[in-house]
Formats: sequence, C-alpha cells, structure tokens
Amino acid sequence: MKKLLLSAAALAMMVGTAQAETVRIGVAAEPYPPFSAPDAAGNWVGWEIEIIDAVCAAAELDCELTPTAWDGIIPSLVSGRIDVIMSSMSITEDRLQTIDFSDPYYNTPTVIVGQRSMEMDASPEGLAGMVIGVQVSTIHQAYAQTYFAAGSELRTYQTQDEANQDLASGRIDATQADSLALADFLGTDAGACCEVKGTVAADESILGLGVGAGVRKGDDELREALNQGIAAILADGTYDEITARYFEMSIYGN
Amino acid sequence: MDWVYQWWPGLEASVTLLSLEPPGWGGNLLRGAVNSVIIAVGAFCLGCVIGIFGALGKLSGGPVTRDLMAVYTTVVRAVPELILILILYYAGTDLLNQALRAFGYRPIEISGLAAGIGVLGVVQGAYATEVLRGAIQAVPLGQIEAARAYGMTRFQTFRRVTFPAMLPLALPGLSNLWLIATKDTALLAIVGFSELTLETRQAAGSTRAYFTFFLAAGALYLIMTLLSGRVFGWIETRFWRGQAGARS
Amino acid sequence: MRDWFKPHRIMLIAVAAGLVLWAALSMRWDWIPRYWQLGVEGIWRTLWLMALSVLIGFAMAVPLGLAQAAGPRVLAVPARWFCTVIRGTPLLLQIWLIYFGLGSLFPQYPWIRTSELWPYLRQAWPYALMALSLSYAGYEGEVMRGAFKSVPHGQLEAARAYGLSRWTVLRRIWLPQALARALPTLGGETILQLKATPLVATITVIEIYAVAGRVRQDTFIIYEPLLLLAVIYMAIAGIITLGFRWLERRYTPGLG
Repeated sequence: MKKLLLSAAALAMMVGTAQAETVRIGVAAEPYPPFSAPDAAGNWVGWEIEIIDAVCAAAELDCELTPTAWDGIIPSLVSGRIDVIMSSMSITEDRLQTIDFSDPYYNTPTVIVGQRSMEMDASPEGLAGMVIGVQVSTIHQAYAQTYFAAGSELRTYQTQDEANQDLASGRIDATQADSLALADFLGTDAGACCEVKGTVAADESILGLGVGAGVRKGDDELREALNQGIAAILADGTYDEITARYFEMSIYGN
Repeated sequence: MDWVYQWWPGLEASVTLLSLEPPGWGGNLLRGAVNSVIIAVGAFCLGCVIGIFGALGKLSGGPVTRDLMAVYTTVVRAVPELILILILYYAGTDLLNQALRAFGYRPIEISGLAAGIGVLGVVQGAYATEVLRGAIQAVPLGQIEAARAYGMTRFQTFRRVTFPAMLPLALPGLSNLWLIATKDTALLAIVGFSELTLETRQAAGSTRAYFTFFLAAGALYLIMTLLSGRVFGWIETRFWRGQAGARS
Repeated sequence: MRDWFKPHRIMLIAVAAGLVLWAALSMRWDWIPRYWQLGVEGIWRTLWLMALSVLIGFAMAVPLGLAQAAGPRVLAVPARWFCTVIRGTPLLLQIWLIYFGLGSLFPQYPWIRTSELWPYLRQAWPYALMALSLSYAGYEGEVMRGAFKSVPHGQLEAARAYGLSRWTVLRRIWLPQALARALPTLGGETILQLKATPLVATITVIEIYAVAGRVRQDTFIIYEPLLLLAVIYMAIAGIITLGFRWLERRYTPGLG
C-alpha cells in the first residue's frame, strides 16, 4: 500500500513539474481574415492562428488562445491578463516604449483600396477631399492621421471589417490597411466595388518594421522562447508550408 | 417550405446562415446567449448582495458610511457604464494583483467571466442599493416595532420580519434591474468578452450578413426579456400571498 | 448648508481633496494641452446628440403613450410592440443594426448614391441621432403611458361633461398633468440618455468618449483619460439634475 502511494505521489509530482505554465496568447476578438477569424463552429482559424500553433509547438510552450478586444490588447498585456500579443501587431517605436517585441514574423506593404468609380492614388494629394476609413489603434490610423488628415476626412472603425463594409456601402471612399487583409476583402462579393489604388509611401517610424509578437517589458525569457520558435519554423519549412496554403508568395518580407 | 423560399429570395440564405450546425452560425449565437445569461445572473446576484449591504449601510450605518455609500451610488449612476466597465476591467485586476503582490501573495488570474460579472455586479450594486433602500423603508413601521417589542435582536428582526416584507415591494425595481443586467452584458462586447453581441458582430463581420445576424440577436434578447417578464410576474404573484397591504 | 460643516463631512472632504491633489500631481496629464480642443468638440457633440435625441424622442413618446392609454387597438398595439422591442433589446445592438444593417442594404440599391439624401446617409451622426431618439421614445412612451393613466379619470369626465372638445381636454387638462407627473422620472431618464451617448463612438461618431479613446491610443496612457472622462460626465449629469430640479420646482408646485 505504501509503495503504491509513494509511486502515485512521485507520478503526480512528475506530471506537475512536466506541465508548463500556460502562456496566454492574445488575439484580437474581431475577425481579421485571412490571418485570424472565428469560423461557424467557434474555433479560430487563419494563417496567424496556424503560425501561433507552430511556434508554440517548436518552442515547447503550452499556449492558450485568448481573444481580447483589439483596442484594449496592450493594456491587457501590461496588466497581466494575457502574456503575449500575436495579432498582426506591427513593431513601432511608439509601441516599443510600452512593450517588447519578438523578431518579426511577417512584413507586408500597406495599400489604399478605393471605389472603382473614383480617381485616386496613395498620396496626400491623390486623396484630397476624400473620406478615408481606418481601424483604431493601428499603424494605419497613425499614418493616416499624420499624412492624410490635413486634406481628407478620417473615420475610425473598431474593426477593419466594418471599414470594409462601409466601403462597400459607399459611405467612405477609401481605406488604408494591410495588402493581404484587403486582398481577402477584394475577393469577396462585397469587394467587387473597389480596387487597389496604390501602395503608400514608406515611413518606417510609423508603419514599423514588420509584425512581431508583443511581450511585457523585461519578459526576456518568453521573448527568447518565441524567437527560437519563430527561427525554428522558418528553418524547417513549416512557415513556408503554412504560407503556401493561404498566399501565393512568401510574406516574410525580408 | 420551398414555396416560401421561392416567394422571398434571400430567406433561404439567411436561414442557412442561422442554422445551428456549421456552416451556420446559429450555434455560436446560442453559445454567446448562454454566456450572456450566465454573466447577467452572476452580476444580478452580486448586485443584490452589494445592494443589501449598501441599503443597510445607508439606513442604519454611521454618518461616514452613509456618505461613502452616497458617493458610490452617485458616481455609478452618473458615469456611463461603458467607462465604468473599462476602468474596472483594466484597473480592477491590476489593483487587485498589485495589492496581492504587496502582501506577498502570488498574483491570481481572474478569468474574463469573473471580471465581467464583478464589473457589472458593482454597477448593479449601486442601483440595487437604491431599490432595496426604498423597499426597506416602505415596510410598515408597526411590524418592526412589534418585532422589537417581542425582544427580537436587530438581526432576527431583519431576517424574520423586514426581509420577507421587503421582497414583494422590491420586486418591480429588481425585475427592472434584471432587465438592465441582461442588456448591459452587451457592453462587454467592447472589452472583447465573448457574449451574444460580440458573437453576432463576429458572425456578421465574417459573412457580411449584418441585417440577418443583428435581427436574430435582437430576437434572442427579446425572448430573454419576455421570458424574464413572465417569470418575475409569477414570482410577484407568489410573494404577495400572505402579505398585508394593498398591491399598487 | 450647515450639513457640510459637520466634522465627519469636513474630514471626508479633506480626504477627497487629498486624493484629487495626489492624482493631479502624480499622474500624467501632459496630453491635455494637445487634445483639449478636440475634447471641447467632443463635449459639444455629446451635448447636442443628447439634447436633440431627448427632444425628438420625447416628441415621439407623447403620441406613443397617448395611443396606449386612450387609443383604439389598431394604434395601441403597434405602440406597445414598439416600446416592448426597444426596451427589450440592448441599445448597442439597435445602434449597430441601424448603422451597419441599413448600410449593408445600400449596395443593392445603387440609385441611393445619386439621391438628395446621400450626403446625410454617408455620415454617421444621422444614424446615431435616429437610434438614440428611437430608444428614448421607446422608454418614455412607457413612462408617458403610466403618466397619462395616472391622471384621475374624474377630471377628464368632468371636462367632457362641460362640453370641452377632446382636443381641448387633452391640451388643457390631460397633457399638462401627465407631464407634471412624469417630470421626476424624465430627469432620471435624461441622465440615462447621457450615459447612452458613448455607445455611438462605435459607429465613428467623434464624441467625448471617442476623443478619450483617441488619447489612449496615441499616448498608451490607460487610466488618466478615463478618469477625466468620468469627471466630465459627472459634471454634465450634475447640471442636468439641477436643471430638472428647477423645472420641477417651477412646474409642479402643488402636486405633492
């Protein structure tokens, strides 16, 4: 009897120590196809979700997806509600003052998509007098406020989805967002209204150096683990395999 | 049913979108509705508990307690729930964990559900304080005096005389509070908590069928409200049995 | 006034003043000079959205209440349904339904873009105003129904016995007394309307809550803008309460 109890206790302790602490990965609760969106069964699917699973497996972390409102995702990280932000968040100087980032895991250009019937290009002059929609708390809002606010009217939406919807309804003339997210929109029925008008002029200080995983300042252990995971999936081809299922070319953007 | 679909094009597509099994989003909506009800029940109960303490504090507490309760109810009733939810959601867990750390304990994880219930419960508590205070004050004084004359302690008086007499008087206000609780759960969509309104927005965003899903969510909320009205009506009838005094 | 000088009050006021002073000195307020103009615009938008929706909503609520209290069934039943639906669904859902739901219908009717109304249909504030007004009308319709029913029926019968027309009875006896009875509730409901205005920030209307959101996103400061926002709303609510108290003193002296 004693032996049984001792071995049971030893087993329980081993299980206890082998179980890693759960890392809560914050993703935006709002759908952002093709990177992360909920499907009809309530599961989260998308390129970014698969990358999160792959990085966690490679870094041997026990990850739990935690949907959080996008405009409160940094306060949630800082207050400890989540441990990592992996939600297409770009690495910018402003954000680096509050949180740390891992190495970038993708980088895609920013484009303007507008109504087919209207003439415009992706410059302040080309967009003068237009109504532009952007998502709050994004690099696109920061960029539009810096470059386009003087000559155009800006409308901020809680999700990129809603901006796309208003574009399809005709309430706004153009929207600025990530080229892949907008390509997904243009492929839908509603997207037939509009087309890509051009890529915005680069500005690394606002548009950032690519998308990385956000961690709390000083959380170097987790950051290193994530960096190792990202490097591992880049090296062994998992990254390319996942990307091939969603996009035609690599989006690592080096 | 096919003739209905032929006569009203688009209805079949909407019904497919709302069906319970994937690719229909009906299952998601119902899961969100269940979450909404759970939060509303939790917040309502927490609000009632806070309300009883608050009402007693306002009625028989010292002057300092009364002033603090007045500050609490005034602030909560003057500041929009959305802002209170944001402040309490982020500040609440932050302060709690800082306090725990200061005392040497490990910070605890508060699940989204618990945070939502806590936040809405604090908001409900202020309104419940007013409702319960009014109800306690409306209990006929003669009954309380008689209880004291019989030698009951204050606690016994409260438990056996005041509380049962106060319940039917508080019911209209409490049923109103319950309806407010079910509707305030929609505000948790702004902090990303997965209840009915957020699920509706996600479904509408993914399928672009905004009208369909918002109408469906409205119907679900309406069913909750109408059912609650029936239940509270039944409770009121049952509680008025054996109580003196005219029903208003 | 003497109440304010009791010892425990003075101590509480001192503690509160101490808290305010500590907050003013130790928290970050350097963003105020940059954003105060936007803030004033936001407060103005909050105020006129609230005031206009209250006026329009109330104008709709009186007929709704009257229809339920005295109208024929063909009017009373739809009025009852309207009030039930508005009071039974969250305002946030109503706002989103009106803005995004109607918006999703626009692509199917391309002639809308060339119509006269298009400049208004493009912007967000007409939808916000409509949603807030309908919501106020739904809740106040119920309040006015109770108010109309609570005026003693004997007065109305006596007036009719004197030969006054139904319209005159309504105008000189029923409506003024119903309004006087509803006034205390209306004050509370107007404050609830003030508290409902932040929800329109989710459909791109830049009122004071949206301005605070913008400050939070630009500067990454979490609490200070929200605290200032709470103070602003409390101040506006205080003014509304005082206003309604003055109205009550003026218009309901003898009702008790």
